[in-house]
Amino acid sequence: MSVTEILLLGAVAYDPKVVTIWEGFKAYFARHDLPFDYILYSNYERQVEAHLAGHFHVAWNSPLAWVRTRRLAASRGHKVEAVAMRDTDCDLTSIVVVRNDSDIQSVGDLRGKRVAVGAVDSPQATLLPLSHLRAQGLVPDEDFEVIYNDLLGGKHGDHIGGEREAARSLMSGEADAACMIDGNYLLFVNEGTLPAGATRVLTQTAPYDHCNFTVSAEAPAQLVGRFRELLLGMSYDDPEVRPLLDLEGLKVWREGRVEGYAALERAADEAGFYDASGNISIDGYRY
Amino acid sequence: MTQAGTSASTAIDIKRLGLDSGAHLLLKRALAELPPGGRLCVRGSAPDLAVHLRGWCRAQGHEFIQSEAESISDEAEPEGRSPVVAWVVRGPVTGGRLSGAEAAGGTDPRESGAVVERPPARWGLAARGAVVEAGGPEFYFRLDSKTEVWAESVPRLYQQAAAAQWNPATAIDWDTPFELSLEVESAVVQVMTYLIENETAALLIPAKFLAQVHPHFREVMQLLAIQVADEARHIEVFTRRATLRRKETLGLSTVGGQQSLKTLFDEPDFTLASFLLSVLGEGTFLNLLWFLERHAPDPVTRQVARLAAQDESRHVAFGMGHLQYAISLDPGLRGRLASAAVQRHDALAQTAGLNEEVFDALILLAAGGWEPDAISSGFERVQNLKGEMAADRTSRLVKLGFEPGEAKTLSELHTQNFM
Repeated sequence: MSVTEILLLGAVAYDPKVVTIWEGFKAYFARHDLPFDYILYSNYERQVEAHLAGHFHVAWNSPLAWVRTRRLAASRGHKVEAVAMRDTDCDLTSIVVVRNDSDIQSVGDLRGKRVAVGAVDSPQATLLPLSHLRAQGLVPDEDFEVIYNDLLGGKHGDHIGGEREAARSLMSGEADAACMIDGNYLLFVNEGTLPAGATRVLTQTAPYDHCNFTVSAEAPAQLVGRFRELLLGMSYDDPEVRPLLDLEGLKVWREGRVEGYAALERAADEAGFYDASGNISIDGYRY
Repeated sequence: MTQAGTSASTAIDIKRLGLDSGAHLLLKRALAELPPGGRLCVRGSAPDLAVHLRGWCRAQGHEFIQSEAESISDEAEPEGRSPVVAWVVRGPVTGGRLSGAEAAGGTDPRESGAVVERPPARWGLAARGAVVEAGGPEFYFRLDSKTEVWAESVPRLYQQAAAAQWNPATAIDWDTPFELSLEVESAVVQVMTYLIENETAALLIPAKFLAQVHPHFREVMQLLAIQVADEARHIEVFTRRATLRRKETLGLSTVGGQQSLKTLFDEPDFTLASFLLSVLGEGTFLNLLWFLERHAPDPVTRQVARLAAQDESRHVAFGMGHLQYAISLDPGLRGRLASAAVQRHDALAQTAGLNEEVFDALILLAAGGWEPDAISSGFERVQNLKGEMAADRTSRLVKLGFEPGEAKTLSELHTQNFM
């Protein structure tokens, strides 16, 4: 079967459950007349490059992978589109948390302190919160020390481990502040990583968006259309798809939108992560 | 509070309760009252409530609308009322895990439809009477039809069994003084050795079926579990009696005895195994245990035999109850039961039957000494025992609907090994 008769999706295997998820979707799509298969990559950088090389049609992209794909495509005169995303990908915020008994009362008080972040390539636990602090006049690694928790490079922070390590280092005293997604803050409190009442939110970013299904202009329009239609038609009330939605962490699929990536485009520039053409420009990034 | 507007809305004040302390319960309760798209105004004063609420709403599929300071600015808050933190718009999910869920029968087995004929594999381990979410994993339970395992008396037998459990350490007066000659003590040890071997079969056979019964038949599962525990206790007390006075080797375990038990052990059909083990085997064993209760030469043996007999009578009652239930639905089953008895007899035709050591030990036990008159009386008692065993087997078979003549013939085919 040629690649035009079947819709091929690329996804990153950030966790063993990714196999379960895509095997489940593959079976679901097959039952609903969409020839579909998937290819797993060990990291987003490899996936983005393979996407641009035409190895598959739809990428399940992290927000940073979207930024790179868009830049690489634009530098070649192409356009890419975000066709769908999870409800849980919309309007996230990241926060900087400090210990409740800390003397840090405002962002300015972080000067000279140690701020724990996630992996160097995590939009939510590193790039966006550091950009948020920069916008308030504090330059990372100059005005304060950044402590990276580099778990699983190239996974763009999909693995929650880096954020959890940042939270732990806040409680152990290795760091004076820690960065994380708003929802993970509640999770860390509930699971006991952060004792209830022991921490407070110092500052919060503006809302931004997370993952999306990215499609290149050359992708087979009819198959992509069917893919999008099936996703948007999925209902959490349907027991056939509910386990898959639970695994993927959503209640409904939404239309794709790209306005929510502006802050990350800026953050990636500030960190020197990618250049304007989408080439990796940061030093020491291992994946 | 309900506000006028195009869609339903309501408000909640969760005061100082945070989402890190259980506020989600109040939010879920309030949102459940709203239709999808309905708006919940959340007031509260817990630290970082807006941050937590945003994350919680996203995970739950609700929309979060941050309250702008202006929208609540001009109006002074009445005393005691917390400030507005955000609006939550209820998401599109309505039924969620209850959509397509089904009731897995009912809890009370006396209610019509509570115990279904063939519970589906997708009900899995769910409690009978639970509401089972659709789309769950399927469990394979080989014994998944009511006819295969049920008896109307099961709930009552389970209650009786649960109430009649006894503690081997305290239910038996292990320290009661008694004197036996070495030879009579050896006879007791030989009988205990034989009992342990038979009770091991009576433990393992229900245990083998226990894990194959669909848990929808909860009382069957529970009763089999207690049956297994009963046999575990019997093995313990028989072993303890056997080693009460001497610590060396126990008695003889014979090829013929184990061959007889193996035919029970290898029977894969639950109903046929119930027939061979509980109705014929344990039924016959009941006579033996009551015999020991009457004629054993020491009080400890008499006590362990009595306690074991009380338990065994429940096992026989379950076997009888199950077969009566199964035969009432399928009278043709009687023919298959008869064939099974014949088949077992044929398989054992070339074996020795009850081993000489056990038979002689029973005579000596019942004689209580070596005087010719005592031996004669012991011999007669064992002959009577065999007669009672055959008569009781016949009577149970008649209760299952066999003609008296056929019942007698089948009874006579039963293994000479008793179990």
